[in-house]
Amino acid sequence: MTADILFQVLVSGLLIGLIYALVAVGLTLIFGVMDIVNFAHGEFLMLGMYASFWAFALFAIDPIVALPLTALLLFAVGVIVYQTVIRRILKAPMLSQIFATFGLMILLRGLAQFFWKPDHRLIPHSLVSGNVAFGPVQFGLPQFVAALGAVGVTGALWMFLHRTRLGTALEATAIDREAATLMGIDGQKMFALAWGIGAACAGLAGGLIATFFPIFPEVGSNFILIAFVVVVLGGFGSVTGAFLAGIIVGLIEVLGGFLVGPEYKTAIVLSLLLIVLLVRPRGLLGKA
Amino acid sequence: MTTGTNSSRKMAGTAALLALAAILPLAVTEPSQQNFLILILMGAQMGVAWNIVGGYAGQVSLGHAVFYGIGAYTSTMLLLTLGLTPWIGALAGGLVAAAFALAMGWPCFRLKGHYFAMATIAVAEIMQILVTNSDALEGAVGLYLPMDQSGWGVLIFLSKLPYYYVILGLLVLTVLVSWAIERSHIGYYFRAIKDEPEAARALGVSLTRYKLIALTVSAFLTAMGGSFYAQKEMFIDPGSVFATTISIKIALIAILGGVGRLTGPVLGAVILITIEEYSRTLFGSTGSGTDMIIYAAMIILVAVFSPSGVLGLLGDLRRHLPGAKPDTVKAEKMEIRP
Repeated sequence: MTADILFQVLVSGLLIGLIYALVAVGLTLIFGVMDIVNFAHGEFLMLGMYASFWAFALFAIDPIVALPLTALLLFAVGVIVYQTVIRRILKAPMLSQIFATFGLMILLRGLAQFFWKPDHRLIPHSLVSGNVAFGPVQFGLPQFVAALGAVGVTGALWMFLHRTRLGTALEATAIDREAATLMGIDGQKMFALAWGIGAACAGLAGGLIATFFPIFPEVGSNFILIAFVVVVLGGFGSVTGAFLAGIIVGLIEVLGGFLVGPEYKTAIVLSLLLIVLLVRPRGLLGKA
Repeated sequence: MTTGTNSSRKMAGTAALLALAAILPLAVTEPSQQNFLILILMGAQMGVAWNIVGGYAGQVSLGHAVFYGIGAYTSTMLLLTLGLTPWIGALAGGLVAAAFALAMGWPCFRLKGHYFAMATIAVAEIMQILVTNSDALEGAVGLYLPMDQSGWGVLIFLSKLPYYYVILGLLVLTVLVSWAIERSHIGYYFRAIKDEPEAARALGVSLTRYKLIALTVSAFLTAMGGSFYAQKEMFIDPGSVFATTISIKIALIAILGGVGRLTGPVLGAVILITIEEYSRTLFGSTGSGTDMIIYAAMIILVAVFSPSGVLGLLGDLRRHLPGAKPDTVKAEKMEIRP
């Protein structure tokens, strides 16, 4: 194995890892704020991809240009999901919560299949296409732009949570719900906001990868298990942790696939989940 | 409340139900309808088995497909390579699954709530990937049972009727085991672990030991259900027995009926399989997605409106009827926090 190949592998791991990070920050935000694991998170990504696809197919808007629209649309979807389903199960047993979001996952897949057929779709001729070469290392421009976008969105989310009043209120709710309520923060509003932002992040990830990834109703299943691993590794509720963990998981997946065989890469990532759960259940940066 | 008359009334009810189940195929002779009944019994058997660990002991496993698959693959491989009768093969599958449950439960039971559920998903998914890539198990191609044999020895039949009685027998066995646990001191410990783990620990109940007992028994019975699936379908592949969707369906059956009670999963299976099969035949499963939408809508409705399942809903109704006894037992709710 030459250094060039290793470097190539690491770069592709980093690029996909940043996408995993963006999917996972939304998931971890929702969990951090309200202790609910969203099994339908991959479907938000799927909806983001379809939003890009239809913007392109119907109005010839490039996926990259359509990103703000995708974010707004998915924010609305997240809030609607919260108001119609999640709000009613806040105090329900854990099992009910798991099954509510699990049902949501199947519902969204079913609706996508019903309206848009199970076919694989692709967006041809995006603004970003072709390859970039850095010395001996080559990678696709779409992948590079997607990773860059993921860093930008995650960074913006971090700024929002730490530098704005509303974001700080959201953080406060995540840290201590009751104390936050006593300080006059409207918990319900924060919960809805968390779902909106969480869904928008997943939708943006979908929009970013729509330039190079096939679009189909079950595409979310490729991402949800990995997003769980990222969230657990980063520490439930930690946005910074999810960002770091996303990169680590991306690197381990690509490196493991390269060393052991691509058919085992998901098994390797899931083994990582088990190891983290057993050795350090609170993850890298989670609350003890 | 006089428990004596209550339990003898229950006994009579169970006997009547069993008698009805035994003669039902005389009235339902159409093979496709008999198949439908078999699917219900299979679902009920899985749900009752899951309920032992997920309901009584409150440890939510979303990876039960791993036991189901182990059962299906063990009995099928023993039949294909050694010509061993599935009667013994299913027991062997149960033992392998039980051993696997011990090995998996030992570390995983340190985890609670969401974390335990997630770990079980990961274990089943890893297993599916390993089997898919195993040449010895024919990988993604899957295994076919011998098409040229039939009879009680190889447990392969041309008609549906024998399958019906075999799965009915397995369901009765599973219910009996479950019932025996419910009545014994082990059952009390399970409920103590679920409702008051700290108090149970303080009283000297070894949480891990009883959780392991629950998982092991549940795994054994689930694996036997997997062996039956292989015999009935005569074909298995990783996607049909190890998939997470199967784990979810197993848990869903128990939750739908009412978790933690013996009759819950049976009722859950009747409802879930009926809806699943009817939405499939009515709307077709050829990718229109309608069956998924109905299935999903039902899951969400139950999760949102009736966390204690249909039995809980019936209990609520009964309490609102005139002349209802105030001490009617409430359906147990799942309450676990990480």
